[in-house]
Amino acid sequence: MPYTPEKPPLPETPEQLRARIPGWGADLDPADRPSVPRERRDLDSGAHWHEPEQQPGGEDRERSIEHARLTPAFGTAQPLHGLSGAIRRYAYDRFSEGRAAHWLLLIAGDRVDAWESHLASFVSGRPDNPVTETGVLSERRRHGLSSRRDGKRVDVVHQSFDPVLVGGSWVVAGVVAVAAARTLVRRLR
Amino acid sequence: MVYRGPYKIRVEEKDVPRIEHPNDAIVRVTTASICGSDLHLYHGLMPDTRVGHTFGHEFIGVVDQVGPSVQNLQVGDRVMVPFNIYCGSCFFCARGLWSNCHNVNPNATAVGGIYGYSHTTGGYDGGQAEFVRVPFADVGPSKIPDWLSDEDAVLMTDALATGYFGAQLGDISQGDVVVVLGAGPVGLYAARSAWLMGAGRVIVVDHLDYRLEKARTFAYAETINFGEVDDVVVTLKRATDHLGADVVIDAVGAEADGNLTQHVTGAKLKLQGGSPVALNWAIDGARKGGTISVLGAYGPIFSAVKFGDAVNKGLTLRMNQAPVKRQWPRLLEHIRAGYLTPSDIVTHRIPLEHIAEGYHMFSAKLDGCIKTLVVTGDA
Repeated sequence: MPYTPEKPPLPETPEQLRARIPGWGADLDPADRPSVPRERRDLDSGAHWHEPEQQPGGEDRERSIEHARLTPAFGTAQPLHGLSGAIRRYAYDRFSEGRAAHWLLLIAGDRVDAWESHLASFVSGRPDNPVTETGVLSERRRHGLSSRRDGKRVDVVHQSFDPVLVGGSWVVAGVVAVAAARTLVRRLR
Repeated sequence: MVYRGPYKIRVEEKDVPRIEHPNDAIVRVTTASICGSDLHLYHGLMPDTRVGHTFGHEFIGVVDQVGPSVQNLQVGDRVMVPFNIYCGSCFFCARGLWSNCHNVNPNATAVGGIYGYSHTTGGYDGGQAEFVRVPFADVGPSKIPDWLSDEDAVLMTDALATGYFGAQLGDISQGDVVVVLGAGPVGLYAARSAWLMGAGRVIVVDHLDYRLEKARTFAYAETINFGEVDDVVVTLKRATDHLGADVVIDAVGAEADGNLTQHVTGAKLKLQGGSPVALNWAIDGARKGGTISVLGAYGPIFSAVKFGDAVNKGLTLRMNQAPVKRQWPRLLEHIRAGYLTPSDIVTHRIPLEHIAEGYHMFSAKLDGCIKTLVVTGDA
């Protein structure tokens, strides 16, 4: 009990633990723990440069305004494009990582990107297919019902209304945005 | 695979990545895995996750091409690639903070580079694919020892290294009572690793019975199903003679269940940088003067964390992304000695073509899913 100086006794001795659990105590000495101490100057990273060469082609690459320069290496996976790209570029150019606006704009850009891509898919040769892309068919193949009946899973409580929460919040936000825009237009007239 | 928006992914043909920096390599992926933190991307929780992005930061493969300055790898080498992308020479890398590199992620200064983990971590496509670009090939990847299986190797690229690192963050002393929140792959590895560091008791908390069973058999842990108790903090206090745990490891992160309001506002409505349920249980469940190790991934905006209690209890909070490659030499010794058996937690192996169903199965926790491997190519 914490009301007296003694630590509560353990159910097993070190000898019992060593006999029951493979490797018990192998890293008891902090010197055997590879991330102790956290900062070390004697590790060989494999780098054979003082400063890495600069990856070419980054002239228009978006970056955090907390960076002094474009980093020597950067990803080129999905360049900015469309309205979502404009939103994301504004988030990067205007707000530091310390501002909630930076991240909330990036999340807004993500949702715009999703809708842009869904719409574009309908004029492409491969429209989005919510059945195959959500993997929902695994409900049958992977025992959806019995998996949820097993034990006292607390996530079952919200799984039933998750789709409404995830999709519905954006519907509500859209309705509010449209209503606000109409009010603004009415007042300007 | 490519991301098509929240809860939607599909397999598409993309161009084979090309060498873009002199120290790049292109790796042909043979085995990848789906990580719990991939679910944050899949659920639309991570800012700047762009449609078309290929996820996957746990993968191994064979070197297919090397850039002109690559010295340590050759075409044909069988390699494992840590999830961290890092240069090895910036201020932070020079001090061993290999998960905090400043030279690879132009999109943010607060986080280093990670494969297939949105543009917030640099905009690099990931390894749930046939080919992947690997920057700084002389720094990150290592040749896989001949004796190590593909399955054990792919688990070393993140989950095992992260769990082992998390136990180190706990600064465990002999006889410590260690509580691990979350019985997913990282939590199971953290629990098993806590014994290596001399823990006297290890208690794992989750709400999925099949995972708690694995915690008992794989990690030799005591277990608490928080769905079956009225108040998990009181349960932890009673289990520790009302002292609290010496060390609590949060292996849950942003989508924690256990408090409906926190889960809905954090994980579903994105009004917080994730659901802080596990962090708050860690703060309340630790003893005064105890240590909390945070492995769970959280988003970059604010979360409703009970920081006042952490101050009043004099807790030490330690956290980071794991610098994976620092763990490898010691982990290889432990695997070879039989102290760690990483692939014991693998429950599913699927081809890349079935990855959408693999994500749904993992997300909805169907079919006893703990760890899913994605087998690509013909190696």
